[in-house]
Amino acid sequence: MARLTLDHVTKSFAEFDAVKDVSIDVGDGEFLAVLGPSGCGKTTLLRLVAGFEKVTSGEIRIGSEVVSGAGGSVAPEKRRVGIVFQNYALWPHMTVAENIGYSLKVAKLDKAVARRKVEDALALVNLQGLGERRPANLSGGQRQRVALARCLVAAPSLVLFDEPLANLDVHLRASMEDEFAAFHKRTGTTIVYITHDQAEAMALADRIAVMDHGRLAQLATPHELYHEPANEMVASFISQGILLPADVLSAEEAGHCKVRVLGAELVVRCRAGERPRADAKICCRSADLDVSPDGTGFDGLVKRVIYQGGAARIEFAPSAGPDLTLHFEQPDPVVLESGAQARLRIKSGWLIPAAEAAR
Amino acid sequence: MATRIRESRGQEMALTAAVAVVIVLLSLLPMLRLIKEIVAPGGTVSTMALEAGLRSPATWIATWHTLVVGIGGTVLAVLSGTLVAVLITLTDIRGRGALVLCYVMPLMIAPQVTALAWLQLFGPASPFLKLFGAAPPLGTKNPLYSTSGIILLLGVQYGPLVFLLVRAGLRKLPRELVEAARAGGASWFTVLTTIVLPLMTPSIMAAAALAFVSCVGNFGIPAFLGIPANYLVLPTLIYQKLAGGGPAVLGETAFLSVLIGIIAMAGIFAQEVMSRRRDYRISSTSLPAEPYELGKWRPAVQAAMWLLIVLVLLLPLFGLVLTSLVPGYGIALTAKTATLDNYRFVLFEHDAASRAFFNSLWLSIAAAVFAVLVAVPIGYLIAWGKQRWVRLLNLSVELPYALPGVVLAIASLLLFLRPIPLTGVQLYNTVWIILYAYLARFLVLALRPTISGYHQIDRALEEAAQVAGAGLFTRMRTIVFPLVAPAAIAGGLLIFMTALSELTVSALLWSSGSETIGVVMFSFEQGGDSNYAAAMSVITVAVTFVLMLVTNLLAPHLPSGVLPWRD
Repeated sequence: MARLTLDHVTKSFAEFDAVKDVSIDVGDGEFLAVLGPSGCGKTTLLRLVAGFEKVTSGEIRIGSEVVSGAGGSVAPEKRRVGIVFQNYALWPHMTVAENIGYSLKVAKLDKAVARRKVEDALALVNLQGLGERRPANLSGGQRQRVALARCLVAAPSLVLFDEPLANLDVHLRASMEDEFAAFHKRTGTTIVYITHDQAEAMALADRIAVMDHGRLAQLATPHELYHEPANEMVASFISQGILLPADVLSAEEAGHCKVRVLGAELVVRCRAGERPRADAKICCRSADLDVSPDGTGFDGLVKRVIYQGGAARIEFAPSAGPDLTLHFEQPDPVVLESGAQARLRIKSGWLIPAAEAAR
Repeated sequence: MATRIRESRGQEMALTAAVAVVIVLLSLLPMLRLIKEIVAPGGTVSTMALEAGLRSPATWIATWHTLVVGIGGTVLAVLSGTLVAVLITLTDIRGRGALVLCYVMPLMIAPQVTALAWLQLFGPASPFLKLFGAAPPLGTKNPLYSTSGIILLLGVQYGPLVFLLVRAGLRKLPRELVEAARAGGASWFTVLTTIVLPLMTPSIMAAAALAFVSCVGNFGIPAFLGIPANYLVLPTLIYQKLAGGGPAVLGETAFLSVLIGIIAMAGIFAQEVMSRRRDYRISSTSLPAEPYELGKWRPAVQAAMWLLIVLVLLLPLFGLVLTSLVPGYGIALTAKTATLDNYRFVLFEHDAASRAFFNSLWLSIAAAVFAVLVAVPIGYLIAWGKQRWVRLLNLSVELPYALPGVVLAIASLLLFLRPIPLTGVQLYNTVWIILYAYLARFLVLALRPTISGYHQIDRALEEAAQVAGAGLFTRMRTIVFPLVAPAAIAGGLLIFMTALSELTVSALLWSSGSETIGVVMFSFEQGGDSNYAAAMSVITVAVTFVLMLVTNLLAPHLPSGVLPWRD
């Protein structure tokens, strides 16, 4: 158990900065998800923490010890870090029990003790009795469990997950998600969990670090990330946020301010200290939109209606900004049809902080 | 903390240093000594040897011949080896194990034995043709004494080499890739040409490079087939010059050997360039594809395969056996003339021959074991190492094998003619100089499959061991070695088979008491005692064959893929 600190970490490959000036502080026992589209640098971040890559600048500390920095790099085998690899990386020439017991054997643990620990680890992931199997004879879910057991048997101070559910089917994902959550609760280990799936990150993590083009876009709790995105990238990336141009009309008061969006005035949530400004953006989600046949709001054209069972997803182009697409759900009975005119109302939204304030 | 950071690099540095020492001793040292001989013979800079070599028309004729037979032999080997590999590995052909065993056999037979066997089969003295009274009259030219004869035998000799590498690649092909293409509507033939063969590019390229280097450096076949027709390639030209001129022409032959080195390097370089253009790594571990059903074509394909086996293996060996039973040159073999005297002579009456069997055996075992143990760390640094310069090692290890054995022999002679400085140990005129040359020459045979093995292993397997706390040496022993062992040990076995009846190197390095099988066989043949040479060849082939069978007994305890001839 240990805290993990990344202090202005940069990693460059030739000309290309895979990770740029990232600072993250993961608390002891915290479950941190690193979320981002592919190519955002999240895997490089994991490999830096594990020690497979050396930092170009900055420092990484596990507990109070500097493991990567200007002075050099502690080898991965000396970091006491556990990794669950995306493709499991189970050794094909060893049985399940040998796979799990490997780190104990390397640490020259007493054989009887090691055997008991392996048994315990197998029981922990519900694989009792499969110790003599070869990895090739296991299903995907079972392999995942072996990888998990192998990583936790050494009681690492920090566990890294590299998109562990990417290769599993949907049903298995849900049950493995539960298992990871239970694992975290039971062991209290500090976890860094790399994923591109935001539902997974939301469900599991205490905090989420959103990465974009090698930079840390936002580090926040799932709730804050959803409701108070720090910038446009996070706003549009999380839960398909809708970005709309807005003019801020009033200064912040009790966490709210008045804005004009698509010709209509409304009150949105905002950060403390916001002042009137032009060319701002607000973020709202489909749940914040609502049809208002005769109330306030803005008019537009229904472009497409996709029935999804119990409700329909409506794509809507406002007259004030025909290039924008808003989407929202209308529960049964669905009355809108594509090509129809409608009036929409924004119930609530979040004023995205100005660029300087975001970082 | 600083200590921990320093500790982390210790084992890697030790490994790198050890590997560097081995490579400097085995590869760079002899090569540098050779180059010194060209540039500065006897210690003074001079371009005389160079100029003499460039002026001589014999140089350019032999270079042209080398290219012709090298490329011809490679093309024949790649075409036949790949075709047989595809048919045996991907179709539901029957008797697969026996086919593999028989097709790979010629590889375990030394080139000079192959040459001898084929010559005995078609020559005017052929006991085989005499059985039907079909032998040409004595004095007629043997049809194999020609360019096409040399190309044919090189193709026969090295087709199995290509077969082994391509087959190893085919077996790792995950069935999903094939099934995805078939589900996409591709016929089996389309799958073969658009999915299987492109994915096999690294294997085929590596095989072609290996075959090219082997063809260009081959000594036994052009020596037996080319010299009588006065068709000289570079290795035979070097041998003739040395045999005629002695140490005086060392400089000139050093130039010729550099020339052939350039030709071989060009082939390897072409392979490197071609296989770097794309990443062909197959990462998934999956079952091999279901064999393609040949249906009504199966009997025909099977018959064709067995016909091929009869032609390239059984007939030549049969001819060899017949010759070994004949009491003298040109005598027809009948129930009355058949004799075992030749065997009795080489086994019991000839001292050098029995010494040769002992020497060759332990030399081959030593070379094979050493190469396997060294190939794993070297391959690790080349395939997975972070330092760029280490990759250059690959080329320097190729050198002693790419150059014909004659050249390495010359380099070894130059190195060890005088006692080793500081120690005063004399290797010249002992069996140890042969061992040194074998280690240097055959290392690459184990290194190449090992590196291919590394490229097909997911690096995450090692990283997983690393985060489990295993240091470099522990990972090497418990994870890396078991994973690449099949490839490395297969390489070791190839080395053993090759070294057992090796001729080219030992022909120049042997001394009384350190004869090898190849040397004794060669001297019999040179002295016109084809019957003794044939008897020795038959014994060698039989020993090899028995060894293969004995090794087969161990197969259940070995990881699959270690024994090339087994299914």
